[in-house]
Amino acid sequence: MPIQITMPALSPTMTEGTLVKWLVKEGDTVASGDVLAEIETDKATMEVESIDEGTVGKLLVAEGTEAVPVNTVIALLLADGEDRAALDAAAVASAAPAPVADAPSSPPPPPPSTVAPSPSAGSAAPAIEPEWTGASVMLTVREALRDAMAEEMRRDERVFLMGEEVAEYQGAYKVSQGLLDEFGPRRVIDTPITEHGFAGVGAGAAMYGLKPIVEFMTFNFAMQAIDQIINSSSKTLYMSGGQIENSIVFRGPNGAAARVAAQHSQCYASWYAHCPGLKVVAPWSAADAKGLLKSAIRDPNPVIFLEHEILYGQSFEVPESDDWTVPIGVAKVVRPGRDVTITGFSIMVSKALEAAERLAAEGIEAEVIDLRSLRPLDAATVIESVKKTNRLVTTEEGWAACGIGAELAALVMDQAFDWLDAPIRRVAGADLPMPYAANLERLALPQTEHIVAAAKAVCYRES
Amino acid sequence: MAPRQAATKAASKKVRAKRSSAKIKAAPEARPEELLGYYRDMLLIRRFEEKAGQMYGMGLIGGFCHLYIGQEAVVVGLQAAIETGRDTVITSYRDHGHMLACGMDPKGVMAELTGRSGGYSKGKGGSMHMFSRETGFFGGHGIVGAQVPLGTGLGFAHKYSANGNVSLTYLGDGAVNQGQVYESFNMAALWRLPVVYVIENNKYGMGTSIERAAAKSTELHHRGQAYGIPSAQIDGMDVVAVKAAGDTAVAHARGGDGPYILEMLTYRYRGHSMSDPAKYRTKEEVQKVRQEQDPIDRLKSRLLANGGADETRLKEIDREIKAIVTEAAEFAQNSPEPDLAELTTNIYAQA
Repeated sequence: MPIQITMPALSPTMTEGTLVKWLVKEGDTVASGDVLAEIETDKATMEVESIDEGTVGKLLVAEGTEAVPVNTVIALLLADGEDRAALDAAAVASAAPAPVADAPSSPPPPPPSTVAPSPSAGSAAPAIEPEWTGASVMLTVREALRDAMAEEMRRDERVFLMGEEVAEYQGAYKVSQGLLDEFGPRRVIDTPITEHGFAGVGAGAAMYGLKPIVEFMTFNFAMQAIDQIINSSSKTLYMSGGQIENSIVFRGPNGAAARVAAQHSQCYASWYAHCPGLKVVAPWSAADAKGLLKSAIRDPNPVIFLEHEILYGQSFEVPESDDWTVPIGVAKVVRPGRDVTITGFSIMVSKALEAAERLAAEGIEAEVIDLRSLRPLDAATVIESVKKTNRLVTTEEGWAACGIGAELAALVMDQAFDWLDAPIRRVAGADLPMPYAANLERLALPQTEHIVAAAKAVCYRES
Repeated sequence: MAPRQAATKAASKKVRAKRSSAKIKAAPEARPEELLGYYRDMLLIRRFEEKAGQMYGMGLIGGFCHLYIGQEAVVVGLQAAIETGRDTVITSYRDHGHMLACGMDPKGVMAELTGRSGGYSKGKGGSMHMFSRETGFFGGHGIVGAQVPLGTGLGFAHKYSANGNVSLTYLGDGAVNQGQVYESFNMAALWRLPVVYVIENNKYGMGTSIERAAAKSTELHHRGQAYGIPSAQIDGMDVVAVKAAGDTAVAHARGGDGPYILEMLTYRYRGHSMSDPAKYRTKEEVQKVRQEQDPIDRLKSRLLANGGADETRLKEIDREIKAIVTEAAEFAQNSPEPDLAELTTNIYAQA
């Protein structure tokens, strides 16, 4: 049976083309790689090469023919030892309509979900945080983070810390204080100022099976590295069909500190929470900072761990245990209430609690939820609360557009629409780059009074 | 450190080969069975890629498909210089040749190209994204240059684990202008990581010739000079020369002396991807390289000349390879599409 040469698809979108010119004639001997014809596609003129060896038996499509569908038989090639008689049989076969590429037949795909896929979709319900009844100790968030890293480094030889100034300088914000002394330069590694590079080095080491903690001096600098975080770290498990895990923590301070202006004062929560394959946590208390960082280090997936510079020095009670963890993906009700739900994460939890205190003085009982994890997002806890309070105010330091509050609003509309007694209000950073001047900076950041006002508004109370 | 003329006989005059700061030993004449092995491995890549191109034309392979035809000597020679399975290999998107050189199953590679469940990534990665932990192949990455920090990270992991392994990190002449390459060179040199960087200089980054893209384009191997990384420029169309250079570079890295850069002067016969208009170079240029420097033809002549094999033996290998490729193509067409449930698996590993 002669070999059929078909009209090839030369681009992902080509369905037909013009056979501009034959570069062989019947009777010519061709080898693999020889150019047979010129084809004009929707993009350009290109050459068709032979894959097989043989003699050109018959040219079936004339030069200059336009709109030749892809996969039409355009010529027949006689293999070694075949004679021209074989062509007749083949001609009959090729007279039939062009064989369409054996398009894989699938049952129709399931209808697209009518619900916007939420970051919480598809993840198993995480274990509920165990109530701690043992002894506790007062620690700053900074110390809690350091303890979490030290404990996990003692527990697992594969864990190491790398970043700018993490070793000899003891951490730009002193989070890694003492780690170099205990673990040495092999496991506590000062990097050059090279975020894109060392994020990729971390991701590569994680592909091999190590468990890097990559510290960004602040998350503003991680924009240099975001390709490695998203394209290399978060997608490899999927792209490899489950073969290559990427157990890595990217951590550092996020959001606005004080008076450091536009390039050092951005919240990246919604950027990372947007991306499947990543987990994103943003703790407020020292206990959660420690418990969540330990979970993040143990987690086999890439985790974005968003800290806050202003919280580093604040003290909280922390369970006295080197094996106590907080599950990723579980929010926490930090103040119960019946009148309005207020969500926050990281430093906004402090402001939400202050707001709740002021609201209580005016007879409004706010329920404050610390989201703690942003991906997976614990929608269930928020929905349950909204079903009780019928009102929701979301808070975040970042911009409102496409933010965490927007995501929560969509989830609540979808899952608790009938329970809402007022439109959802978002309290967020002003829609502008952070100004330097103290008075302007204060105006740009979401403040306690904004939360109080929003809560009163959804409760239809005069402010 | 002025470049001196290479002493290796293997270096072709047509493709200039130089060395800079390190000594590449003159290639000793390889044993005939080694040469036959290279012939077989290069031919497998050539025939596999031709078949992939054909299947793309039939609509069986979709999206982007970057063929490696012409560059076979690079991966075959270098793979012979490392220990498969122990050392690690990483590259960007023109990756089919690297996978086959690593010893990955042609059936699994071709089935990934057709997007079927029998593919290395269960049909979820495609041409640019395949991995094989057992053969040490860590992808298959689609972003130009991004594999360089990752490969440096593999080298970091080798050093951290003190396992004596080496990371073979491939990049193209297009990638050498990405900033992250130099971030990687710096860290690899600073920390003496066991990484061999292989610049596959096929003269075109997509449709832009190296002369139009790179300052000092004739000396890409010098791009590590600022970091003190030794390097060599090699005729990448000569598999024996590639193997000899690989031996030197791998020994350097494995011996704890840090990274090494090999610039392989090579050429791709086909377009950048399947939809390449071929307007940026002449047909004569392509034809000349194919006729005068083809790595498979050159090795074939060498084998016939030194009595390593006769036409009959080579024909036998041709048939054997053809059967493997045919089997791979059939497998790739008959392997079922991924189960629909696979859509939502492997997004997260079970914590």
